[in-house]
Amino acid sequence: MPTEPLLKVTDLHSGYGDADVLRGIDLQVDSAEIVAVLGSNGVGKSTLNRTISGLLRARTGTIQFDGVAIEREKPASIVARGLIHVAEGRRIFPNLSVSENLDLGSYRRAGSRRGANRDRVFAFFPRLQSRRTQRAGTLSGGEQQMLAIGRGLMAEPRLLILDEPSLGLSPLLVEELFALVARIHAEGVAVLLVEQNVAQSLEIARRAYILAEGQCVMSGPSADIGADPALKRAYLGL
Amino acid sequence: MAEPLLAVENVSCRFGGLLAVDAATLSAPAARITALIGPNGAGKTTLFSMISGFLKPTTGRVLFDGENVTGEPPHRLARRGVARTFQVVQPFARLTVRDNILVGAHLRHRARAAALAMAEQVGRDVGLGEMLDRPAHTMTIAGRKRLELARALATEPKLLLLDEVLAGLNPSEIRDVIPTIRALSTRGIAVIMIEHVMQAVMSLAEHVFVLAEGRIIAEGSPARVVADPAVVAAYLGHGAADKVRSAHAH
Repeated sequence: MPTEPLLKVTDLHSGYGDADVLRGIDLQVDSAEIVAVLGSNGVGKSTLNRTISGLLRARTGTIQFDGVAIEREKPASIVARGLIHVAEGRRIFPNLSVSENLDLGSYRRAGSRRGANRDRVFAFFPRLQSRRTQRAGTLSGGEQQMLAIGRGLMAEPRLLILDEPSLGLSPLLVEELFALVARIHAEGVAVLLVEQNVAQSLEIARRAYILAEGQCVMSGPSADIGADPALKRAYLGL
Repeated sequence: MAEPLLAVENVSCRFGGLLAVDAATLSAPAARITALIGPNGAGKTTLFSMISGFLKPTTGRVLFDGENVTGEPPHRLARRGVARTFQVVQPFARLTVRDNILVGAHLRHRARAAALAMAEQVGRDVGLGEMLDRPAHTMTIAGRKRLELARALATEPKLLLLDEVLAGLNPSEIRDVIPTIRALSTRGIAVIMIEHVMQAVMSLAEHVFVLAEGRIIAEGSPARVVADPAVVAAYLGHGAADKVRSAHAH
């Protein structure tokens, strides 16, 4: 019997004001799968994330998470179901400490296991542990990105959406970041990864979708997409 | 060798107990592209802030065009010809692209007509000619990065400090912006770029400085720097170093 996907997006339309950004997206993520969403800036990748996590209301189409329609739910309810979105640009609270930022990730979900989850996050990111009382705004860019992901992990995600996590990181930290995503995935978390770092995303993801102008122009196993030079040239600029 | 346009001599910056930049020395010649690379938190942006007057060095000197400009405020340095971009771009969201660029153009052109002409010219130079009437908040990241570049260029700098102008762009957008940056040095502008996109560093920069934990740990040609074991350990990692070296060899 084929199992139901964890996330199933069907004919999704979304946008801002007069602008239709997403024009009929179909996408799915199975439990414990890493799926990459690739494409140029401005094709609607962040809009897709924001619509899935409820920050932006879908115009038409459906979003099912674990078999339940969530396209009319508020972001807080969606978080409570275990769908966690780590937004682009980190969005940490600069005047709160590292620990306080982490704890804010556990208000809607897994609050009773806050201490244990904080320890788990510190095991992932030892640098955050040594800085746990420090103001988050004084962390370096790379550490702030780790904190944003750590805050997402505090809610025990079943699906973690990461929007451009490698942005602004040094090559060494990018390598560490992708290794980290693999470790998070190895613990049974499904990951929807939106990235400009095409080569490394295709290495880590099982499947990938390529968006162009608000539509999905191609999807398939990462290995096939990575092996198609014409496709990579046309949509990914490689 | 000619006098460098910019000479930074033994500059340090201390924030309380933290020595963010520790006796860094670097220089940049006119009409050349110099890169500044290093791990996150190494002090690269702090160094830019001291060169552009946003922070005053705790010790050390900054010489521009042969004059000691250490500790001068940003607006005085802008008038001398030092401009910078910011990592997190913050255009005036409700103003058009043209009016955003105009703010920079007014530094040297008091008359509105002359400033507008300059703004349009700069807008076209960076590839925003078709978007001059759009409100800045409607631009994609790639567009906003070009706008950030245009705002700095409109001040007609001799030295332009680019702080990660390629971050957040995809490979094809990066490929599109590289000629724009190269054209700056062809026009005589000295460029120092902080950049993690090694493909761009390798193809654009003539000289690279590597900053780690506040200190310059290496400098030289791009090829030499990426082969330096200390740079691989502190910054590139072995995977990226191998990729950069093999791409460069082709």
